[in-house]
Amino acid sequence: MSTLLSGIAASNGIAIAKAYRLIEPELKVEKKSIENIAEETARFRAAVDMSKSELQHIREKAAKDLGEDKAAIFDAHLLVISDPELLGPIEDKIKSENVNAEIALKETADMFIMMFEQMDNEYMRERAADIRDVTKRLLAHLLGVQIPNPSMIAEEVIVISEDLTPSDTAQLNRQFVKGFTTNIGGRTSHSAIMARSMEIPAVVGTKEATKTIQNGDIVIVDGLNGQVHINPTPEIIEQYEKEAQAYEAQKAEWAKLVNEQTISKDGHHVELVANIGTPKDLEGVINNGGEGVGLYRTEFLYMGREQLPTEEEQFEAYKAVLEGLKGKPVVVRTLDIGGDKELPYLNLPKEMNPFLGYRAIRLCLDQQEIFRTQLRALLRASQYGDLKIMFPMIATLGEFRQAKAILEEEKQQLLANGVTVAEGIEVGIMVEIPSTAVMADTFAKEVDFFSIGTNDLIQYTMAADRMNERVSYLYQPYNPAILRLVKMVIDAAHKEGKWAGMCGEMAGDEIAIPVLLGLGLDEFSMSATSILRARSLISKLSKEEMEALSLSVLNLETNEDVQAAVEEAISKA
Amino acid sequence: MQQKTFKVIADTGIHARPATLLVQASGKFDSEINLEYNGKKVNLKSIMGVMSLGVGKDAEITITAEGSDEKDALNTLEETLKKEGLAE
Repeated sequence: MSTLLSGIAASNGIAIAKAYRLIEPELKVEKKSIENIAEETARFRAAVDMSKSELQHIREKAAKDLGEDKAAIFDAHLLVISDPELLGPIEDKIKSENVNAEIALKETADMFIMMFEQMDNEYMRERAADIRDVTKRLLAHLLGVQIPNPSMIAEEVIVISEDLTPSDTAQLNRQFVKGFTTNIGGRTSHSAIMARSMEIPAVVGTKEATKTIQNGDIVIVDGLNGQVHINPTPEIIEQYEKEAQAYEAQKAEWAKLVNEQTISKDGHHVELVANIGTPKDLEGVINNGGEGVGLYRTEFLYMGREQLPTEEEQFEAYKAVLEGLKGKPVVVRTLDIGGDKELPYLNLPKEMNPFLGYRAIRLCLDQQEIFRTQLRALLRASQYGDLKIMFPMIATLGEFRQAKAILEEEKQQLLANGVTVAEGIEVGIMVEIPSTAVMADTFAKEVDFFSIGTNDLIQYTMAADRMNERVSYLYQPYNPAILRLVKMVIDAAHKEGKWAGMCGEMAGDEIAIPVLLGLGLDEFSMSATSILRARSLISKLSKEEMEALSLSVLNLETNEDVQAAVEEAISKA
Repeated sequence: MQQKTFKVIADTGIHARPATLLVQASGKFDSEINLEYNGKKVNLKSIMGVMSLGVGKDAEITITAEGSDEKDALNTLEETLKKEGLAE
């Protein structure tokens, strides 16, 4: 029977494939007394051996597909599963208490998990997660239950899950994962951003995907309209195959713009650039006609591993991106960790309000060795392309001056050591904190450019945590409060002869683009897959008309009013 | 029994990758191998044991090996510690 779920369209396109549930199975453990100790011990050892060879396999696959650093987590798992201090007590327990292997395993592992969780060191607490993972794998083998191994997917699938974390997505194979749908999340959640960067359709926030969809169900993910069809009728499949074709045709139409500049109907040029997370995303930028990179999120270099990346590793990544873009501008954002992005190995204490806490430039100015290493890697890579450096989460002029002074120190040091550093590297800031937007006229005298980070600017202006679904109605990109701040920033930049860009979700939004064009935004940075559509849209708009439109919407009252006004204006264009 | 004392010079101490390397290396030998730090002694073949010690930079650690391949074991561990710049 065909079923329909609605959610949030997070990444464009249509995918039809079999469902793959990326969900933890329930592992029920019952205590049993056993008679044959030798048999029970043998059963336990067999489960250990099977888990080990499975982990070996996953480890090799992860190393091959994702790199050695991402495979390290499985080395840790392999050590845990070979640990005599874990295995010994379990076998002792089977013998001395005559209990089944499941309960001996669970009770022993729980003791270790508790011990590690109580340590006052974040890194150690993370190790509890390793033990938990390994225990789960062992239990699954003892109980004869399958647990999902996303890195082992070998046929075309739609991934179904509660949510997708960065480590889940790191394990997904781009070749076979055709789309995904999750219970929770919104347009700016990690899973949504990831889907757009992988260029696969996704619908998030369906609330009950994991309840409704079973393994092997045929699923249609309609990332254009935010709908998910489960076991659709042949008629619906046919209809969607047509829609998918129409979308492909539309994309082919847009593709003609791939080597074109972005010019409005009345001949005004703006720059359309891409947001990327790793050098692997470059292909998408080039295929989608990006005129550069407006936001290189360097934190992915630091995530999903066990220690900080070395200067050399970073240098190689930055060099690859700069060379890959052959002289087109690349705006690199320095480390933006904290908030929803954690690095367990930094051992940072848990905070009550991580989005208002110790993150991004605040952390970098405090732990300068981390910051300086990154800056050296960037400066050394600067000779391979057009590098621009951007500091995130700047709240005060003092922070910017301090960050810039550190950059200058590292530059002088490198030059003194005979290292080549490009001349005239532009240094700018993200504008994502209202205080900085308000003071943009002062900042504009000292920075080389602004890039407005709307996801955070909206969250901080509206005082609404963007991870909290209950206040998600306050994510209002067209609210005149936001638009007025954006205008202040753009005007301040232009007054000092600087440029202003935008690298939040809003820059690729079809309602926002006409207004931003009218406000005079110079650079729009978005998911690579949105570029051609935006280019097509802008080519149909007159900047002069949009100037009038944008000034009038600034005086409207609500988010909805603005949306309605823009929709009406566009329908006439 | 073979025994040797080292001073940890790695910034991260014996955590994460260093701990992994030492435990992996120890696992290849039949001898009983222990790591002693701060009056506590753990099995060097146990990742959880090693991690629970929380060995930081500048710590003095003693490794002991006892068994048929004790000499080999200690030499290999010393080599690993030095090659990876973990201790001296």
